[in-house]
Amino acid sequence: MMRTSDLISSAGRALRSNPLRSALTALGVIIGVASVVAMVALGSGAQAQVERSIASLGSNLLIVVPGAQRSGGGVRAQAGGGMGWDTLTIDDAEAIAQLDGVAVVAPSQRARTQVIANGLNWNPQVEGVTPSYLEARDWEIASGRMFDETEERQARRIIVLGATVANELFPNLDPVGQMVRMNGGTFEVIGVLESKGQSGSGADQDDVVLAPLTTVKRRISGRRGRGDSVSQISVKAQSEDVLNTLQQDVETLLRQRHRTREGEDDFTVQNLSSITETAAQTTQVFTYLLGGISAVSLLVGGIGIMNIMLVSVTERTREIGLRKALGARQGDILRQFGLEAVTLSVAGGIIGLILGVAGAWLMTSLFTLPLVISPLNAGLAIAFSGLVGVLFGAYPAWRAAQLDPIEALRRE
Amino acid sequence: MSALIEAQALVKLYRMGDETVHALDGVNFTIARGEYCAIVGPSGSGKSTLMNIIGGLDTPTSGRITIADNDIGAMSDDDLAVFRNQTIGFVFQSFNLLPRLTALENVELPMIYGGIIPKERRERAAALLARVGLGARMGHKPTQLSGGQQQRVAIARALAGKPSLILADEPTGALDTNTGIEIMALFRELNAEGATIVIVTHDHEVATQTRRTIEMRDGHIVADRVNGQEARHDAHV
Ligand SMILES: Nc1ncnc2c1ncn2[C@@H]1O[C@H](COP(=O)(O)OP(=O)(O)OP(=O)(O)O)[C@@H](O)[C@H]1O
Ligand SMILES: [Mg+2]
Repeated sequence: MMRTSDLISSAGRALRSNPLRSALTALGVIIGVASVVAMVALGSGAQAQVERSIASLGSNLLIVVPGAQRSGGGVRAQAGGGMGWDTLTIDDAEAIAQLDGVAVVAPSQRARTQVIANGLNWNPQVEGVTPSYLEARDWEIASGRMFDETEERQARRIIVLGATVANELFPNLDPVGQMVRMNGGTFEVIGVLESKGQSGSGADQDDVVLAPLTTVKRRISGRRGRGDSVSQISVKAQSEDVLNTLQQDVETLLRQRHRTREGEDDFTVQNLSSITETAAQTTQVFTYLLGGISAVSLLVGGIGIMNIMLVSVTERTREIGLRKALGARQGDILRQFGLEAVTLSVAGGIIGLILGVAGAWLMTSLFTLPLVISPLNAGLAIAFSGLVGVLFGAYPAWRAAQLDPIEALRRE
Repeated sequence: MSALIEAQALVKLYRMGDETVHALDGVNFTIARGEYCAIVGPSGSGKSTLMNIIGGLDTPTSGRITIADNDIGAMSDDDLAVFRNQTIGFVFQSFNLLPRLTALENVELPMIYGGIIPKERRERAAALLARVGLGARMGHKPTQLSGGQQQRVAIARALAGKPSLILADEPTGALDTNTGIEIMALFRELNAEGATIVIVTHDHEVATQTRRTIEMRDGHIVADRVNGQEARHDAHV
């Protein structure tokens, strides 16, 4: 019975005796593992990106917008075109607030206007909101404060800036307490929002100014903003479990209030978590797909190992016969050739992992995605390459072990 | 002297399609411990076949052979491997050294499969190389050695497992006459030191240097002489 240390040095010697061949054989596994690692990391990065933007949208959120859903499944998010842009009202929002399972309801009116301050101007999204908007959207104040309900009802000229707007207009000083001009009026900045980053579609969610809803309707919106209508109602459910029921309840309620029938709706209830969930699932499928395709190249690497091991067994037939004649058991030969194959594949796996991580880092920084490499995935890549060595080395090693020493010694 | 090898009615058949070759056709003999014996005979007479069975590389089709109380026909592959490692020392016509290993490492090889620790292995291999006169060539690769030197390394390797029996199939076949004489002298010395040696040879000159000659023809033992004297056993024809 061979000692383990002798087994290792014997296999190592055989591999080192033909370094170029060993390197080229390992290359198949290197490429396979590197592409699996890089692709899975890239896919996981995309997935993490999607999940991040889900979280930034606010959880358990329904968004009600005016206008009907298009047949393609999309939504006329902004009430453009001929009809339906003013179908949602503050009264609708108050009615929704009475439904079971509602945590908070926040009607809002969107406008776009230039904001001038400090000799600089900027053209952000202006949202007229009620104070509950922050809770509905899971948004926090970074500095200063949010306006309260009294200030909202009094249509005070105060605003809260998104992080992008704050940076653009007040690059070097604290915006809180500063004055800005919008639509000919002067407004005081009372707070700055925490940064949310990009949304799922890549839009900058921080390029926004929050003002009291009443203020926006009276002083900023054009004709469109007049009256009781709002451009959006954010409805936060008490929990994820009631979200779907609540969506139906909101639809039923609005149909009653608007006297429309199903199919003729003049509003759309968007369930953001279901949309983003689908997006997350899509990227996950994408990750598996990329990983799967790369796994095929690992398979090809394994076949390369098997090929070279078979060649090696044929070349070394005489050596194997001699070793058996001198007392090597079948198990000794099996283990030596098996170890050679596993060494090739695991060495390839480790190098492949390093190259894969480097490649993933390069690609994620190119696409500005988060770099997600789990130790589990790295471990799996190594383990999988070892498995490839065992699987594809098994047959050549078995062939070597089965050689008849007399036949083998007679071979030239 | 006790019998080291006992063979009774040994038969080895090779089936080649419809034909059956009787490589060994009922062979009986015994070889005692400490003997120095040559097996001679024309090509195809079954010498190598017999040596392979004695060495545990092959098993008989029928009949019974025991070597140092090991029943060759009844042993598994792994048992035979251990038997070859512990009991037999092989010397081949073509030396069969591993070209990538040094002389020392080649001699160590059987001891690796015997599970002997490296330090002990190295010491014994060095001592054996010194014994065959290659104390100064231990680090040389086979290609850096002459044929006679290579065969000496092979003989040192055959001695490495402290075998009960040394088997040599045409050990001088690949060597020139003078070198062959040197190798035969080495075998004689080893036998004088107590080793049991069986040599297969074509060469009657070589055979006469042993103490006993078994002559084969067509798978039979046709003569069995001691030092060129009367036959010790009746030949079974
Ligand atoms: N593997 C085999 N398959 C078929 N026939 C074989 C095999 N090995 C040996 N034989 C036959 O058995 C007979 C004995 O062969 P063996 O090799 O023992 O002869 P030998 O006496 O060693 O001859 P030589 O002096 O040429 O080496 C021969 O007829 C040979 O053809
Ligand atoms: Mg022969």
